[in-house]
Amino acid sequence: MNSTAIGANKPHRRRAFSRADRTTLSAFVGVPLFFHLLLVWVPAILTIILSFTYWSGISISRIKFAGLANYKNIFFDTPAFWEAIHNNVIWLAWFAGIATPLGILLAYQIDRQIRGHKFYETAYYLPVVLSLAVTGIIWNFLLRPDGFVNGLMGRDIDNAISFFGNYNINIYVILTIASWRHIGYIMLLYLAGLKSVDMALREAASLDGATEWQTFKKVIFPAMKPVNVIVIVITIIESLRAFDIVYIIYGSSAGFPILGTLVFQNIAGEGASMKGAAYAVILFALSIGPIIAYLRTTFKSDVQ
Amino acid sequence: MSVDVTLQAAATKYRNKQKIKDRFISAFIGVFAIAWIFPIIWTIWTSLRPYKDVRANGVFSLPKTLNLQNYADAISRMDLPLYFWNTFAITAPAVFLTLFFGSLIAFVVSRYSFRWNVSLLLLFTAGNLLPAQLVFIPVFKMYITLGKAVGIPRLLYDSPWGVVLIHVAFQMGFATFVLSSYMKTIPKEISESAMVDGATVFTHYTKVMLPLLRPALASLGVLMTTWIYNDFFWALVLMSTDSKRPITSALGRLQGEFVTDYNLLAAGAVIAALPTLIVFFILRKQFVSGLTLGSTKG
Repeated sequence: MNSTAIGANKPHRRRAFSRADRTTLSAFVGVPLFFHLLLVWVPAILTIILSFTYWSGISISRIKFAGLANYKNIFFDTPAFWEAIHNNVIWLAWFAGIATPLGILLAYQIDRQIRGHKFYETAYYLPVVLSLAVTGIIWNFLLRPDGFVNGLMGRDIDNAISFFGNYNINIYVILTIASWRHIGYIMLLYLAGLKSVDMALREAASLDGATEWQTFKKVIFPAMKPVNVIVIVITIIESLRAFDIVYIIYGSSAGFPILGTLVFQNIAGEGASMKGAAYAVILFALSIGPIIAYLRTTFKSDVQ
Repeated sequence: MSVDVTLQAAATKYRNKQKIKDRFISAFIGVFAIAWIFPIIWTIWTSLRPYKDVRANGVFSLPKTLNLQNYADAISRMDLPLYFWNTFAITAPAVFLTLFFGSLIAFVVSRYSFRWNVSLLLLFTAGNLLPAQLVFIPVFKMYITLGKAVGIPRLLYDSPWGVVLIHVAFQMGFATFVLSSYMKTIPKEISESAMVDGATVFTHYTKVMLPLLRPALASLGVLMTTWIYNDFFWALVLMSTDSKRPITSALGRLQGEFVTDYNLLAAGAVIAALPTLIVFFILRKQFVSGLTLGSTKG
């Protein structure tokens, strides 16, 4: 195509839209874009800027530049931050090592239509629709001092195990509750992905004498690549941003520090300090990797 | 011939072995499945027993009476109708606007080719992935400043509309992404013939694309309703008056207030979970397809 052809083409394409159409198109894009930028991107950038300042949050003229002071304070003078990192890392290890693989395994077995698969799918999916607030209450019934589990172990209130208060076990108790929901979620995602894997592929593999594990590892898992990336991203992001379940159990007390609640403790209310902004930026920085991985997988075909 | 027979025997042996293995796997998953729903069964069981009975005889005692009294009490003593109304006033407009805005952007991006189409889509999708904590402080300040500037302090802060707007701004990223991938599966010819017939952009959207989008909008609507209904964070941080909060956020406070009367609290929790249970039992297909539309792209 030569330059005159392009030149001749362009005005023609423009003319295809009447003035009214152009107004409609601008409004269709402009109005949603305005709200999205104003309430998501602009605040995100402002938070990053604010994390380098001191500000009690009252008047804008009182903002003072702080350099890296907020970050220094967090890294060197806030033991709760390292405790939170520690808890988030355990959270991630548990999700990545136990909960997510279990969800995938469940999906794989249910997809093979083993006996009772419909009931199993329903049972594991049920917690996914419940809010974490309801989840917290439900588990409290089981684990409180005079609850089901302590009763089953024959302990009365006086010598009951404090599942949420005992620092040696509470993280695993919380992770069990979080997994209750996470496993079903991963199962659902994976199950949908498995439905799109060609049955012929699997049959061919089993005819060739591949064992079940080999079939999964060599045939199904590679065919599920886009779903795998999404499952990994969800696992990492959910582990980093965990908030609701911990808040519903511990409230704003420092009973169980994780990044999500630290941010919250430091930014809620009128007198919010900008240390909270710095926490938010750290949380964001940690989740940039998975976000980019997600975008790259989903937009690969568009960019090419 | 003999090779055939041995092969067949081997195949039968293999199949039998597999059958036994499958039984074992099925039983194992089954035991876990029962453990999985047990917490919910236990909550429902608790909600049906009068507090006095449990208090006198312990949680493991056989019940003398089972009734719905706790439900009646929860509705009146916990002000549940009020909280449900609050939830409705947030969820309904938020879901509607999210779908509306999402469908507009998705429509333009997938039906008209502009240079910045992909960037626009990327912007919305990435925006949806930002942590809520990263945007909270400035949004909070903006709401308060705007309220003071126009002389209505509760215009957005501590108002359902403030919560609606932040949900819309965030979730429209996801809606745009899902709807645009859905629209890509609709043949371009349909749009081309509409344009040839001289349809304006507006009629192209309302008369041609919207009807075709209906299944995707239904799935996404169910998913969004569940998400916004279950949201805890935004209503907690952007509202200060308890009586304005939606039921999910209010549960936290109710849990503290009725901490001793577990049976009443159990009934309250079951009622609060009811709308999501309806999604689970009746709209399951839509929920799952909404979830997977976004994750597996079409």
